[in-house]
Amino acid sequence: MAKLSYAKALNKALADELERDPAVCVLGEDIAAGIAQLTLGLAQRFGPDRVTDTPISEQAFTSMATGAALCGLRPVIEFQIPSLLFLVFEQIANQAHKFSLMTGGQVAVPVTYVVPSSGSRAGWAGQHSDQAYSLFAHVGVKTIVPAMPSDAYGLLVSAIRDDDPTVLFAPALAMGVREDVTTQLGPVPIGSARVHRVGSDVTVVAVGGCVHDALAVADELSDEVSVEVFDPRTVYPFDWEALAASVDKTGRLVVIDDSNRSCGLGGEILATVAEEMRLVAPPKRLGRPDGAVLPFALELDRAVQPGRDQLATAIRAVMK
Amino acid sequence: MAVITPGPADLYRQMRLIRSFEECALRLVKSGEIVGGIHPYIGEEAVAVGVCSVLRDDDLITSTHRGHGHVLAKGADPGRMLAELCGRATGLNRGRGGSMHAADVGRGILGANAIVGAAAPIAAGAAWAAKRSGSDRVVVTFFGDGALNQGVLLEAMNLTALWRLPVLFVCENNGYATTMPTAAAVAGTAAGRAAAFGIPAVTVDGMDVETVQEAAAGAVAAARAGDGPSLLECLTYRYGPHHTIEFRMKLSYRTEQEIERWRLRDPLEIEGARITATERDRLDAEIADLLNAAQEFAKASPDPDPSGALDYLYASGLRARAGVR
Repeated sequence: MAKLSYAKALNKALADELERDPAVCVLGEDIAAGIAQLTLGLAQRFGPDRVTDTPISEQAFTSMATGAALCGLRPVIEFQIPSLLFLVFEQIANQAHKFSLMTGGQVAVPVTYVVPSSGSRAGWAGQHSDQAYSLFAHVGVKTIVPAMPSDAYGLLVSAIRDDDPTVLFAPALAMGVREDVTTQLGPVPIGSARVHRVGSDVTVVAVGGCVHDALAVADELSDEVSVEVFDPRTVYPFDWEALAASVDKTGRLVVIDDSNRSCGLGGEILATVAEEMRLVAPPKRLGRPDGAVLPFALELDRAVQPGRDQLATAIRAVMK
Repeated sequence: MAVITPGPADLYRQMRLIRSFEECALRLVKSGEIVGGIHPYIGEEAVAVGVCSVLRDDDLITSTHRGHGHVLAKGADPGRMLAELCGRATGLNRGRGGSMHAADVGRGILGANAIVGAAAPIAAGAAWAAKRSGSDRVVVTFFGDGALNQGVLLEAMNLTALWRLPVLFVCENNGYATTMPTAAAVAGTAAGRAAAFGIPAVTVDGMDVETVQEAAAGAVAAARAGDGPSLLECLTYRYGPHHTIEFRMKLSYRTEQEIERWRLRDPLEIEGARITATERDRLDAEIADLLNAAQEFAKASPDPDPSGALDYLYASGLRARAGVR
């Protein structure tokens, strides 16, 4: 059985799409060297016209990708640092995302933005540790947060083939994960969830790196409670149908994700479940505190991340 | 594809089209048929017409919030443009874009853009795609003096120079960023910014369409030949307000005397003097008829169906959840 690492899965997905479609190209900083792993070896294989190093001008090259997409290319952009998404929010949310509607459907902007290592990387402090997927979900940009290597592969392939701008967050906590891959790797549809562990008492919705925490806690509590671990994989559009099927069965809900609490993804999940589904106990959500800025010291960094102990406590609380 | 450079009659006709279109649009703003107002292009016609007169049909442009002139000069249908301003289903953007986002991609118009300077890197990306594909298309990005202090414009200049992309930066310096005089906002000059990146730049009289045309022709030819970007600064003036909202408020950021001084150099009068009075009358009448028809078309066009308000939000066809369920 082959073990596939998350970083290798992303790299392979990008290589396969570059091979398959000559319209696919990659722009970013230090991507010829492959410092963020996503593009390792690809500039050598596909040449500098397909895998193009840019100067440190994130706003310009993000909109250049939009212009190139308007002319038939399918650019992929790598951002080494998750907080760069704040810098290019104008170019993604206000330009690329709006072109299709504003032009009355004259154009598509098939650009994929990849952040290899989003969220806390332990020790990278305030401006390198954000997990801003809720922000993109809020403005309606397709937003993907794979937890598993096979999903990282399949969702990156789908994002590149998709006709809309799509942001893929590869959580730092998941980048080192390895998975036994037993089936042929292939595209994973955007907007479809995956249940990693079937359970009957409580649905734990876990996003990105938190999926691995949820699986560990579910194992740990297996003698007392049957936990279903639900991974949306895509946070926008969200697979509400699959969540309804899970919650209909369990009637209980805990959400764990590492976005900030206020206006974060967890709040949207709780709200939609409250409006449209049936719970037998009040739900819980775990995330970073309201408006958190990640402090540097490791103890402080961890103190603002949702953790396994908190998840176990929350699961027990909804079971009472 | 050979380009036949338009002569005085054609240049005058295009400027007359834009002037009369804007006058018509102003009437429709006043009558309430255009909501949200417009940024009138009156006074600056020589820039759009001079530059677009040397472009091929398959060349591309990006435009600005004050974009009607560029869009018309690149060949958009005035009736569908007016319908777009009126928010009709037959508009260029099916009523989804309005004045500040008018686009006609089939005619190489990648869209007006409502964020100052934001279109420059989009134009650079289009030029990058053209160059990669082996095409000799050229991309023109129009922007105002207000964009000279936007970072993305400078980033785009660096990248286009570095990668020798076929982009013509056209700075329409009309003396004001909304109400702020250029002198109060810009340290250095447009040409100086270009020079810093090794981009050839010229500053020309933006009220004389033939001067603009001649300068643009050289820059476009250079870009097409693979010599990379150029910058063309056109000194011009808007006779009207920054935006029609000014009609409802009394702003005093420039004097009547200043406006009158610039009126003496009206681009339509400068070019109009180069054709015969008979020719001019004929073109004026032709444009009047054309705009009457455009206006009738726009007014007779249906409003878009509110049930499709978010059609085209996703090119892939994804439907957004409703706000109320």
